[in-house]
Amino acid sequence: MSNNVHMRVFRGDQTGGGFKDYQVQADEGMVVLDVIHRIQAEQAPDLSCRWNCKAGKCGSCSAEVNGKPKLMCMTRMDTFTPGQTITVEPIKTFPLIKDLVTDVSWNFQVNKKIPPFKPRPKNPDGTWRMMQYEADRVQEFRKCIECFLCQDVCHVLRNHGKHEDFFGPRFMVRLASLEMHPLDAADRLKLIKEIGGIGFCNITKCCTEVCPEDIHITDNAIIPLKERVADRFYDPLTRLFRIFAGGGQK
Amino acid sequence: MAYTTSAMKDHLGQTTRSDTWWLNPAAMALTFVVFVIYATWAALQSDFYTYPRGSEHYTYLSPFYSPPFQEYFPNINAFKIFPAFWVVWLPIAFRLTCYYGRKAYFRSIMMSPPACAVGKGERGYRGETALPWILNNMHRYFLYLIAVLVVFHWFHFFQAFRFFPDHRAAEFGMGVGTLVIVADTVLLTLYVGSCHSFRHIIGGNVDCFSCARGGELRHKSWKGVSWLNQYHNLFFWASLITVGFADLYIRMCAMGIWTDVRFF
Repeated sequence: MSNNVHMRVFRGDQTGGGFKDYQVQADEGMVVLDVIHRIQAEQAPDLSCRWNCKAGKCGSCSAEVNGKPKLMCMTRMDTFTPGQTITVEPIKTFPLIKDLVTDVSWNFQVNKKIPPFKPRPKNPDGTWRMMQYEADRVQEFRKCIECFLCQDVCHVLRNHGKHEDFFGPRFMVRLASLEMHPLDAADRLKLIKEIGGIGFCNITKCCTEVCPEDIHITDNAIIPLKERVADRFYDPLTRLFRIFAGGGQK
Repeated sequence: MAYTTSAMKDHLGQTTRSDTWWLNPAAMALTFVVFVIYATWAALQSDFYTYPRGSEHYTYLSPFYSPPFQEYFPNINAFKIFPAFWVVWLPIAFRLTCYYGRKAYFRSIMMSPPACAVGKGERGYRGETALPWILNNMHRYFLYLIAVLVVFHWFHFFQAFRFFPDHRAAEFGMGVGTLVIVADTVLLTLYVGSCHSFRHIIGGNVDCFSCARGGELRHKSWKGVSWLNQYHNLFFWASLITVGFADLYIRMCAMGIWTDVRFF
């Protein structure tokens, strides 16, 4: 079964652009990326879009579909009401290159600022040992496919352009995966507060809402990091308690 | 070099979203406004907060007046402060600094942003790096204090099963008001017990559970609070509604507008 759909696709580059209308035949089982490819094949061979795996694992085809940040390859056409106009535009937080393609290289520059994993000294028996239940907590963060939809929807970056002050949710997830690792010995809390700008996050949870990997970015990464920053910089009682009690935190 | 994005000039509410994105923040804002108006009015009454009204031996006490400082320390009446004010600042502070509460009021009241991928207008933004929102880092202190308040709620929970017919000795019983207080106390406990700061304190601050003192117990506790924490938003709203309704119910009974039905 196929039906005719009305697509409004952004066309343009840094000098300007706007939405262009296309009528496309959508077949059963198609996703938005398939329809974009059909427009490329049949009507607009110069339409640019980035894609790779078509399986929701490479994070390349991020776009805003009907205003919501989504992976085009994971957005099924049968989720739209028949007759509904479907708008596809590039993610807004990063500079436009052409049509649906944006320059996300800022993210890779941010990544370089994060100190890598630094293992603690080996155990007396010459091993590094951790329990499975300890590894489970940070495993969630390893699901990130770097689609940057969370960066796109974060209003601190999107609406305020605080790219110089705030790393964004994606890198709070990366920082959490390192900070909570049971074998890691590096201390990144000062970086998280002062350079990563965690204080700019006001917990509106949009990053969690758009994550295609269902990572609980706010509850499991950002808030625990905020609590650790509060331990270090805003809570004299906890610091005092730590001095006397010791504990397993680095 | 300052970064500019194509969304920076979006006006408030500007979006290409085609769904009813405004419904959720509007419903939250309406709930907040109704609650604040009612709670302010109730806190200013300084009367009708026990049932039976004015009795030394009451069965129900409004949560807005629990613990009843003016009863425990009669001298504080000299301060000429509304009795409820000794109590209500704490839940207000706890909810204002609550991690879920922040999402709710930043979206619905501050419209920062009103919804995901929706314009918020050109305005300055410092988030929680400066006053007043940097004070949200004090959430754990309000958690410590509200834990004490929860203990008082449980005290009044058990008190709600003690009836004093015709000012005689207390007898065990249960009325509709008892159920209202049970719902309020249980939901407040779940709301506080699912708090993100509590989750952090109880085990979230540990990286290596197998190396930490009492690590296994802390891991189990952390897992338990993490499970509850998934429903923190639900408990936030449910406890907000039940605390308001508990006051309303007791107030209406004390004013004689409603009659408390006793089951036994």
